[in-house]
Amino acid sequence: MSFISLLWVLLLGSLLGLELIGKVPPTLHTPLMSGANAISGITMLAALTLIVKAEGNVPLLIIGSVSLGFALFNVVGGFFVTDRMLAMFSRKPSNKK
Amino acid sequence: MNLPVIIKFVIDLLAVLLLALGIKGLSKVKSARDANRLAAFAMSLSVVGLLSYYLGTSGIAIQSWIWIIIGSIIGSFFGAILAKKVPMTSMPETVALFNGCGGMSSLLVALGVAIFPISSGQENFDFFKSLINEVSISVSIFVGAITFTGSIVAMAKLQGWLSTPGWTQSKVRHFVNIVFAVASLIAFFDLINGNTSSIWLLVIVSSLLGIGVTLPIGGADMPVVISLLNSYSGIAAAAAGFVVDSQLLIVAGAMVGAAGLILTQVMCKGMNRSLVSVLFGGSLSAQSTASSGSGEYTNITSCSVEECALTLEAANKVIIVPGYGLAVAQAQHTLREVTKKLEQNGIEVVYAIHPVAGRMPGHMNVLLAEADVPYEQLKEMDVVNPDFPATDVVLVLGANDVVNPQAKNDSSSPLYGMPVLDVQEARTVFVIKRGMSAGYSGIKNDLFDLPNTSMVFGDAKKVLNDLIGELKDLGVGEK
Repeated sequence: MSFISLLWVLLLGSLLGLELIGKVPPTLHTPLMSGANAISGITMLAALTLIVKAEGNVPLLIIGSVSLGFALFNVVGGFFVTDRMLAMFSRKPSNKK
Repeated sequence: MNLPVIIKFVIDLLAVLLLALGIKGLSKVKSARDANRLAAFAMSLSVVGLLSYYLGTSGIAIQSWIWIIIGSIIGSFFGAILAKKVPMTSMPETVALFNGCGGMSSLLVALGVAIFPISSGQENFDFFKSLINEVSISVSIFVGAITFTGSIVAMAKLQGWLSTPGWTQSKVRHFVNIVFAVASLIAFFDLINGNTSSIWLLVIVSSLLGIGVTLPIGGADMPVVISLLNSYSGIAAAAAGFVVDSQLLIVAGAMVGAAGLILTQVMCKGMNRSLVSVLFGGSLSAQSTASSGSGEYTNITSCSVEECALTLEAANKVIIVPGYGLAVAQAQHTLREVTKKLEQNGIEVVYAIHPVAGRMPGHMNVLLAEADVPYEQLKEMDVVNPDFPATDVVLVLGANDVVNPQAKNDSSSPLYGMPVLDVQEARTVFVIKRGMSAGYSGIKNDLFDLPNTSMVFGDAKKVLNDLIGELKDLGVGEK
């Protein structure tokens, strides 16, 4: 990929983000923030790439592995916690006539 | 194009599409939960795509597998444990912590690539390409470090582990932060000039900058900062995408970055503060103590729980205004008990949710949903404000600044212009509060002085429990 086309990807991704999130009710802002936060852990792909390309360089393997751990902490924790919050919204209203 | 390249291309495209649909779905209550799972699925799909690509091309060494598995298990394990254990009231801190770790991950990737350059296949030296590489490494480190230290400071402050040091409220902090910023700029140019060791300088000063910028910000503004840092972690991920040449990372990072900015804007609007004043203005209470806000209360009416119960029993329409104080007292379940009783007596009960009730937009909705409050009873400010004149009783529970009429009447008040709930329009207002202390803004609340306002002093949970007892004695909700 040339640098210029990567810049296009950056631009279009940003515009997509602005459009997608423009119309969210305040109710969902906390779950959305936490969900978006989990997605920012996509940097785990970079950590994976680092480990795969390390070619036996142990310090690099360790850095990659720690980085992967941090990213997955973000991703797994983020999605679980978002699910926990959203589960409360979808719960059936009880004791209602 | 060979097969692995095509497969990865298709999977990446699919993952981006699903992530976008996931974020979109998160914006509707009905689809939100499925959307979150869809996004999680897209993330795992992207991992499968990446691994299958390397399996099909260069192969993955056993040693790499071992380190992948170690990192994955440890990270996922602690993430899952924390997500399951953390109480709902600590959501802002938790998001801050997760966010900080995302930033740390981007920082480490960039650091790794900077210290041990990855062989990219074509070894021919290209000045333009290496420049781009160094710039993206620097950005990734700079933003990643700020995200990490900033988020950790934000978390520590929300948890009450860190207070705001006095010196950070003086002008000195701007000078200190400018020094850090200039130092990181110097490190950045030094790095581009080929001096690899200055990368450590960049790591250190940008970490310090993250601390220096976050530390002076007061507790009430912290959610805005977390949201902004959330945006930064997206930017850090996008920068890491440039480092390892991954479009998927760039798109996803950019989406999160843009999302965080929008959310930050929404929060600022709800609190009537500009982003600039949040970031550079220091804590609000420090500025406002000298202004009109401070003053003595002259006309406080306090009343007993019994009187409160009697008034409630006679009401037709009751509006509850919950605030963070309710969440701190963990009283949302007790509150639900009270409202159930009232509903059984045929009294209409509605919850008025201010956009920044709790600590983050939507935080209060989560807390009330946890207590089984039907979603339809939660009304947003704009919907509920016209209803106050036709309301018999308003119960204010642990909310303060969001019901302060100063925001409408007093143009000299720091709160002036902030959208508030017009609770004073109702016939009777009960404010359940521990004492006369001010809200987060540190500003006097004119509502407490109004003739139709009565204060019920006490811990929210205890008062509500007493209220249940009194209502029981009155025979409310016994049918």
